[in-house]
Amino acid sequence: MTNPALVLMLGAVGVPLLRGWPRRVLLAALPIAALVVLWLLPEGTAGSFGFLGLELTPLRVDALSRVFATGFLVAALLTSVYAMHLRDSLQQAVILVYAGTAVGGALAGDLITLFVFWELAGLSSAFLIWAGRTERSHRAAMRYLVAQVTSGLLMLAGIVWRVHAGEGIEFGYLGLDGPGGVLILLAIGIKCAFPLLHAWLTDTYPEATIVGTVALSAFTTKFAVYTLARGFPGTEALVWIGAAMTVFPIFYAVIENDLRRVLAYSMINQLGFMVAGVGIGGALGVNGASAHAVADMVFKGLLMMAMGAVLLRTGTAKGSELGGLYKSMPQTTVLCMVGAASISAFPLFSGFATKSIILEAVAADHRTVVWLLLLFASAGVFHHAGIKIPFFAFFAHDRGYRVAEAPLNMRVAMALGALVCVGIGVAPDLLYGILPYAMDYEPYTTAHVVNQLQLLLLASLAFTVLIRTGLYPPEIRSVNLDVDVLYRRALPAGWHALSRRTSRLGDRFGPPLRRRTARLWAVGTAPLRPEGRLATSWSTHLMVWWVALLLGAVLLVTLLR
Amino acid sequence: MTDDRRWLDEPRNVTRILYVLAALCALSAVADLFYTKHPHFTVESWFAFYPLYGFLGSVFLVLAAKRLRRWLRRDEDYYDAPEHRDD
Repeated sequence: MTNPALVLMLGAVGVPLLRGWPRRVLLAALPIAALVVLWLLPEGTAGSFGFLGLELTPLRVDALSRVFATGFLVAALLTSVYAMHLRDSLQQAVILVYAGTAVGGALAGDLITLFVFWELAGLSSAFLIWAGRTERSHRAAMRYLVAQVTSGLLMLAGIVWRVHAGEGIEFGYLGLDGPGGVLILLAIGIKCAFPLLHAWLTDTYPEATIVGTVALSAFTTKFAVYTLARGFPGTEALVWIGAAMTVFPIFYAVIENDLRRVLAYSMINQLGFMVAGVGIGGALGVNGASAHAVADMVFKGLLMMAMGAVLLRTGTAKGSELGGLYKSMPQTTVLCMVGAASISAFPLFSGFATKSIILEAVAADHRTVVWLLLLFASAGVFHHAGIKIPFFAFFAHDRGYRVAEAPLNMRVAMALGALVCVGIGVAPDLLYGILPYAMDYEPYTTAHVVNQLQLLLLASLAFTVLIRTGLYPPEIRSVNLDVDVLYRRALPAGWHALSRRTSRLGDRFGPPLRRRTARLWAVGTAPLRPEGRLATSWSTHLMVWWVALLLGAVLLVTLLR
Repeated sequence: MTDDRRWLDEPRNVTRILYVLAALCALSAVADLFYTKHPHFTVESWFAFYPLYGFLGSVFLVLAAKRLRRWLRRDEDYYDAPEHRDD
């Protein structure tokens, strides 16, 4: 049986060898071929082999792995169409390899295979940041890589612990109480952007290339969600971690100026819903997390694509410098708004059909506080991703940009993404049908549609009122402090301060200390010098005295024993 | 740029949109009276819970974020040029 991941990863080798249309055809054909291969695979495991006394299972197909792999492949197709205009074959090949690692990870049946793809995902995707080929992108890529490698090391340590405890390497339910469970959860926590571990994401994603950010937004984090859904469903701590993840980024997103960074914050917010779903566990929780992950790959990709198109045409993605672009980029505007409606969970768009499963799972579990937090975050995501992104980029003040529409391939990719968003929203059963568990859930009830419309309409009214009264914080050129200040400022500054302090201490205490030591040395070694007391010739009777004294001492010690 | 003015550039039209939005909001709130609720939580059965929560939540979000900006905001080049930082 062929592994769909290999189709992408081996096929990517062909990308630099081709040019023009053949290359474009290959870019689109590989994800489609991999999708076909995936769906032809029967459920079960394949290709197991022994390695160093461990049983590796590189391919395991079940409903959970298949729904994630399908999402990854759809995202891979959209991203590679979006990247077709590039001449840079490196980025195009890396996108396919990177997508392949996520697919391979989702289909991994054992922890070693999972670890290999986990690390490869981090390594390959770093090239999408490096591809900016500037000093700034180089530094960002290094920060990104440190986070990815740290996560990999934690996972490896967790796996070794498990093997040592005799648990084997089968990748099933791991649990927080199992051996190494905490380490593996931490590893996932980094890639999944748990609070305080999230800074690498908002720091480095917006530093990638235009195409790179689109690819990054789809794979790494959702790969982490898959691992979480497989290894830690029903873990209580995740409910609260998820709730925190939905709430804190929206405050940042409101005051962030770089619109791609706003989307990075809103990604953490969306991941929070998925993490909370996994934490609730059960059929509804895991189904909700899986469905929302797939929907998020597409609508977040679509929003990133729209911002990428804006960045390509105007040279900036900063809210403070954009506005009025609907006049020159009307198609991108409409497609961006489809993405915005999807992430905001408007009825008939994908988020409505997927996020609501998670809220239903929380409600069915009777967790009032968590539910209220998630509802607040739902209104919040509409604010920053649903309204702020399209409003400040395409409407607001006309900044006088008169630019061309996005390149055709970008518009095609965005249109395909928009189609998937509306498709899931209008016919959610298509997605529900491939979810891991059977469930009895209907998103389109009168109460649900009305309540969601009420929430969103009034949230938009609040936005309008705040804008008209001038209370809304204006977009200004700035950066906002986040946890990354620890490693980007505090740690280097601390190191500099320490080394400066050390050298100053050296200046102050060095010379007197050196003089003192020299004097001590002179006094201490004086007897050993040629003219010193020990070096002169001693008389024989003095030596006899010494020998007698020594023998006496030895005798005394022996007698006393 | 007189040749490039669109329907939305007219402030009057923006105000019209605003009225439509306000009307829709009122309509959605009133709609609360015309369907049977199946609440999981007691708060859900209150009249106009979702509209109020959406509106007040959003206002709180924006004003709180605005306040946070006072502490969190730094210059755009805050993280740049580490070699000049120590001077």
